[in-house]
Amino acid sequence: MHDAGKVIPGIIAFVVLVTVPFWTNFGKAAPKPQPEIPKEYKKCVESRDFMRREHMKLLRKWRYDVVRNNMRIYINSEGRPINMSLQNECMRCHSSKKKFCDVCHDYVSAHPYCWNCHIPPEEKKGWATKEVKSLTEEASSKQPASHH
Amino acid sequence: MGVLSKGEVKAYAVKPSEKGLTAGRWAMVIDTRVCRKHEPCEECIHACHHLHNVPQIPYKKHEIKWIWKDEFEHAFPDTAHEYANEVLKDREFLLLCNHCEHPPCVRVCPTKATFKREDGIVMMDMHRCIGCRFCMAACPYGSRSFNWRDPRPFIKNPNPSYPTRMKGVVEKCTFCTERLAEGKLPACVEACKHGAIIVGDLADPHSEINKILREYFTLRRKVHLGTGPSVFYII
Repeated sequence: MHDAGKVIPGIIAFVVLVTVPFWTNFGKAAPKPQPEIPKEYKKCVESRDFMRREHMKLLRKWRYDVVRNNMRIYINSEGRPINMSLQNECMRCHSSKKKFCDVCHDYVSAHPYCWNCHIPPEEKKGWATKEVKSLTEEASSKQPASHH
Repeated sequence: MGVLSKGEVKAYAVKPSEKGLTAGRWAMVIDTRVCRKHEPCEECIHACHHLHNVPQIPYKKHEIKWIWKDEFEHAFPDTAHEYANEVLKDREFLLLCNHCEHPPCVRVCPTKATFKREDGIVMMDMHRCIGCRFCMAACPYGSRSFNWRDPRPFIKNPNPSYPTRMKGVVEKCTFCTERLAEGKLPACVEACKHGAIIVGDLADPHSEINKILREYFTLRRKVHLGTGPSVFYII
């Protein structure tokens, strides 16, 4: 091999660099996410295992049925009718997005866009701030003022 | 879902709301004579926009509206002429999505985000809207607004039980589908103390709305386009 003296240390340096995250985190598992489970309610829509595993699929089906088919009531496996609504039904018990949804979603780096439109319980007070005036001024200054 | 749930969840079953109001084809009559008597009343507009978290954006080009007012020659450009009487010229007309029988917005939507329900309501599925604005170009009534920016800073007193929209989607009146499902009339109808707005079933010949249409002279907006609007105006 030509230049073995450079190639072999180079390969070793490369392998060490690439595996650095493994060595630095070795034996230190990130803590398991602990979403806050509501105390006053015992039963979710379906069993806890099912909800853990498939809540996203269930929610996707709900949103399709509510918006497109005008079906509003879900009958769970016990025969209990449930109002299909993330904002008004799920969050009635799970009263904090930060302490419930975000805990696991952040852990697995999942970023569902539910809350771009749906209002989490924490934000019920609203968003209108003093900034509005400046936002408006800024927007109109960028556009010709002649419109209307 | 069945396979993964190991038989735990037997079947996915849903049903419509039992209290819901239903119709063969929803339609609306607006008695503009009543509106004129009570000008400048805007209670229907305020109720609708509050309930549906419609932002109040002062900058006209970014404005979002579900229901609004305009003058006769803008509302009925094919009917207006320079010799029209003063009453028509002065009167303001409540405008909103016409929930057309043949909605052009539905024809052009590439993702079926906007679609016509069996009961005639032209509905939006915000989850599917990609913001292409074809529907806005297609709608001859200007019923659709585009969110050029995040609407949230412009919602002063949000209704926590209804979502907002996000930057990059188109929105419009939904005939209050969420309220009909709960057995309530649309917000504008409920908000109008003077009873100027009536909704009902156009498909049922014995419905109140059909009686009114038989009795009074009504106009619809731009009928010659063939969209078949479901909003009628008593003049």
